Amino acid sequence: MQALVALSAVGAAALLVIILGYVIVRGAPALNLAFFTERPLPFGVEGGGVGPALVGTVILSLLAGVIAIPIGIASAIFVTEFRSGRLAPAVRFAAELIAGLPSIVVGVFVWAFLVRGIIGHYAALAGAIALAIIMIPIVARTVEEVLRLVPQSLREAGLALGAPRWRVVLSIVVPTARAGIATAVVLAVARAAGETAPLLLTALGNLFFSTDLLKPVSALPLQIYQYAASPYDDWHTKAWGSSLVLVGVIALLSLALRLAIRRGAR
Amino acid sequence: MTSRTADRTFAVGVTALALLVPLTLAAITLLVVLDSLPSIQRFGLSFLLTSTWDPVHAAFGAGAYLFGTLVTTAIAIALATPVSVGAAIYLTEYAPRAIRGPLAFLIELLAYIPSIVYGLWGLFVLVPLFRSEIDPFLQRTVGQVPIIGALFSGSIVGTDLLMGGVILAVMVLPLLVAVTREVLLAVPPAQREGMIGLGATRWEAIAGAVLPYARVGIIGAVVLAVARAFGETMAVTLVAGNSSTTVGPSLFTPGYTMASAIANQFTEASDPLHFSALVEIALVLLVVALVINTGARLLIRRVASGPQGLVL
Repeated sequence: MQALVALSAVGAAALLVIILGYVIVRGAPALNLAFFTERPLPFGVEGGGVGPALVGTVILSLLAGVIAIPIGIASAIFVTEFRSGRLAPAVRFAAELIAGLPSIVVGVFVWAFLVRGIIGHYAALAGAIALAIIMIPIVARTVEEVLRLVPQSLREAGLALGAPRWRVVLSIVVPTARAGIATAVVLAVARAAGETAPLLLTALGNLFFSTDLLKPVSALPLQIYQYAASPYDDWHTKAWGSSLVLVGVIALLSLALRLAIRRGAR
Repeated sequence: MTSRTADRTFAVGVTALALLVPLTLAAITLLVVLDSLPSIQRFGLSFLLTSTWDPVHAAFGAGAYLFGTLVTTAIAIALATPVSVGAAIYLTEYAPRAIRGPLAFLIELLAYIPSIVYGLWGLFVLVPLFRSEIDPFLQRTVGQVPIIGALFSGSIVGTDLLMGGVILAVMVLPLLVAVTREVLLAVPPAQREGMIGLGATRWEAIAGAVLPYARVGIIGAVVLAVARAFGETMAVTLVAGNSSTTVGPSLFTPGYTMASAIANQFTEASDPLHFSALVEIALVLLVVALVINTGARLLIRRVASGPQGLVL
């Protein structure tokens, strides 16, 4: 019996190694300078790259972060510091429920609200807002956990010294939790960078470099999807390459975070 | 500004931002319900029971999509649960302390791989493997057994419901392992020790005391996994075959899930009723996600929260 359960655990971990192995081995051949800087070329023409998708992912992630991080942190502060009353549990529960929604449903909502409604057409802004909705619960949940860990005595000491409530939260509690907040940000951005389904219905994708927020924009996951579903081997290799870049960026972000936390803790 | 007004401004600001969260949830629910009303009014309950999906004649029945979602989810749970519970047991009971952390970490990392990468890997690595080796093997062996054999009948394409289920199984694995571990760790040591004090072997202690105690929590984990599998879009779209015509017993038929239907058809629909039908599918996904998540979290909270646990 011990052998069986050991096999399950090792097998599950092995899956990770296998998947990453394939991504690295099949993706590496695609990586060259043109891959990172050029835009996709038409069917069957060799060469080209995923430049627009890279730019798009950066734009979308940054914009989504700018929207989601303040709201997520504020939500976490609200739930931990303003705990009395019935609103705080409601906010927390709402965040958990949004976290459980399929991302395609979020895409449908943003499509109906922005693409069909306010903006009128597919736009990068809509994609960013869809990603922000997905990011907010992740930020809120992680930051809340960290804020809870800040000792109550710290808050009381600040109040005892005469600091107003807002000062205690912003200058004492939040900085104490900054490692956890950084973790929350990285987790959320990594998640947003990898999302495809909501972008299909909002940002749509773009074969050209674009920084116009009111126009469709490309993104790495979208490009991977388009390339994967195509019948061309060259595009398949580019799909693997894009996956390698995506997974690589996520890994780098997490590593950088870990190093920064370790250095900050000294 | 006095500190009292500053405090009040701060409170108002934080509250306003925080209230955006339940507001967004309400907005999502409201908009999805409103947009699916035309379809609900037109088709009623038959929407979920018929499988004719004909945009040209404006007849929409999502039965085939529901079938695809249910089958792939069922396969995923059937495959992932034993492996996950086994892995969690190994990680909490048997593994040498030194490797517990790293091994658990590796399994958790699976959750960080974007679903599109899973889809890519599934399409280019698993599908050929299944099409050339595993599916024929299954058809030769289990496929020959009466009744159950129908599951593995028909021509082998590679991209089918079985494949959708397999890739979903891999994707829910980290979730199941993480939550099951949490649940197992919450079982009081007294339970284990009591059994061992009575002379049980390690496995007997686990199977006789720990697992029954944790059973409700594990069910909660499975329910969360179901919610996850229900809504997964990209990976399944790439490997499940995307054909909506057949609702049959064979796992080798190409299938279509609800989420895939929305993803594939949304940008090309032009008729308002088509849109409304797609949004109604989204509504089903929304309701399932809300109901399951509320229920599952209550279940897990009951078991993992304290020493009183659950007496079944």
